[in-house]
Amino acid sequence: MRNVYLDHAATTPLDSRVLEAMLPYMKESFGNPSSFHSVGKDGKDAIDDARDAMSKILHVRADELLFTSGGTESDNMAVLGFCRANAVHGKHLIVTSFEHHAVIEAAMHLEKKEGFEVTYLSPDHDGMITVDQVMAAIRPDTILVSVMYANNEIGTIQPIGEIGNAIQKHRASGNKVPGNPALPVFHTDACQATGALDLDVEKLHVDMMTINGSKMYGPKGVGALYVRRGLKLQPLQFGGSQERGIRPGTENVSGIIGMAKALEIAQGERVAESARLTVLRDALIAGIRARIPKVRLNGHATKRLPNNVNISFMDIEGEAFILYLDASGIYASTGSACTSTTLDPSHVILALGLPYEVAHGSVRFSLGHSTTDADIEYVLNTIPPLVEKLRALSPVCVDPKYYV
Amino acid sequence: MSDYKQEPVVGKAGDVTTKDGGKSWFYTDVVKDHFFNPRNFMHEDANPDDYNAIGKVGSPACGDELRVWMKVDPATEKVLDFRWKTFGCGSAIASTSMASLMVTENGGMTLSEARTIKPQHIMDRLGGLPARKFHCSVLCDKALRDAINDFYRRTEQVEKMVVEASRIIDPVSKVTDHDIEEAVLDGAHTIEAVQAKTKVGIGNPSVLPAVEELIRFYREKYFGA
Repeated sequence: MRNVYLDHAATTPLDSRVLEAMLPYMKESFGNPSSFHSVGKDGKDAIDDARDAMSKILHVRADELLFTSGGTESDNMAVLGFCRANAVHGKHLIVTSFEHHAVIEAAMHLEKKEGFEVTYLSPDHDGMITVDQVMAAIRPDTILVSVMYANNEIGTIQPIGEIGNAIQKHRASGNKVPGNPALPVFHTDACQATGALDLDVEKLHVDMMTINGSKMYGPKGVGALYVRRGLKLQPLQFGGSQERGIRPGTENVSGIIGMAKALEIAQGERVAESARLTVLRDALIAGIRARIPKVRLNGHATKRLPNNVNISFMDIEGEAFILYLDASGIYASTGSACTSTTLDPSHVILALGLPYEVAHGSVRFSLGHSTTDADIEYVLNTIPPLVEKLRALSPVCVDPKYYV
Repeated sequence: MSDYKQEPVVGKAGDVTTKDGGKSWFYTDVVKDHFFNPRNFMHEDANPDDYNAIGKVGSPACGDELRVWMKVDPATEKVLDFRWKTFGCGSAIASTSMASLMVTENGGMTLSEARTIKPQHIMDRLGGLPARKFHCSVLCDKALRDAINDFYRRTEQVEKMVVEASRIIDPVSKVTDHDIEEAVLDGAHTIEAVQAKTKVGIGNPSVLPAVEELIRFYREKYFGA
């Protein structure tokens, strides 16, 4: 049996070049970067180098990068840290309704517990947000706008550069209060974009940007938040003075080294790899559509990540399907409620205006470095009988009017 | 079985993992067997008219829907055949398959015996289910009782129909006030927590105000707050 890992949007394996770069910092160079001796200095130098290298790739200043424990912490820091520190200037923020939970739950917390108002922008049927939609939602008291670069479930790519540009123009035209920051600021969660899209912050016109290691063949448990110089964040945790006191705690040295190396490789290879994956992605989508009736591609057909295929198989439930796939050596994920700890299905699929049934039957195949033509062929040959078997068990028959 | 009291549910054989020839899997081997080789499901070409009772519970909106077709011997009231279709996760499919086996094995249960089947009995036969799966995915006992009532309705033995002692709050998920009481006693004191246990109102949010009222009622009754 083949083993076909198609869950790269969940996490990626560690690139061996990344591991190579990390190993010394788990062995001989184990020092605490805060220590005042040579062993510690080794670690500090390595972190400084990693920060420099990453800042060059992102076109930012080294002191604008904050190292964190991952995408969730970076997102939380951007939403909670920024809004709490700037609440005196306004208590309204704008997020999309299909953000990652790390953004949306943080925004809901501010709304429920800390007196903020939140506008949730709904994407269109194809999972896209428009510039006009964002601009129309901005109020005088809006301090933060957060729109993800590429959606983690359906892979749709938002026009971040255009939104950022429009927000910058909006700020320039307003009556700025001397001493106050120019608001609103614009954050994007770019975790899913690192291997495929341009992360040049100057082109994206963002003020904060989240990335993490484990989605780009780097290590888990490490992430970064770009924060434009001059923006104030309130820390989420307290302790030492690491990361300028905004994110205290002994640095994850090997993780940071690994993330920097992974970012360098991912951004260096992204154009060629994207071209390769786009062909495989489209072959998988076309193949499923040709071989299986009653399916729906979730998310825009072309404005999507080159590695993302998200398809709802009508009349069957995602968890059961995932387990059948697993038994055939295919590892994917579902937006069905049954695999989550809540009983609600994917908020992303529901945000597209689709009914619960369609969300329960959604399956995400996310391709990556290891994916080959032969893998796609294997998947296409394997899944039709599995779908047929589960449909034979199902009492449900979703009417096409609900998903076409 | 109004005296029936639900015990706190603990996932046996490891919550969501069990050892299968050295490789861990999400469900027990029995669940796996029934999931991959479901017994007694309703074939495409079967004729519904061959069955004299049907039952239904859930909706695809709440993640699980289950329909059952039953053939009952009118003389002995034994279940001769029991067929089903399920839209649901692995444990929903496996628990329905197991229930179909339980009611038909050894010559078939009588309807009064079948009526006493509880989710716990099905779970025991499956060798356990993950705790978070238990409340939401074991629905077959409800569909079975629905079908039993249907049989008595069709045979005009209305006096034998049993209206559930508790009141159905959500007609879609067939969650009753009793289910909500159990959930509150189990430590679920918010609407989110109760939903996590019972699925009430998922896909049918119009019932939520009534649910909130009940949660408040039972909290005050048992916890004084």
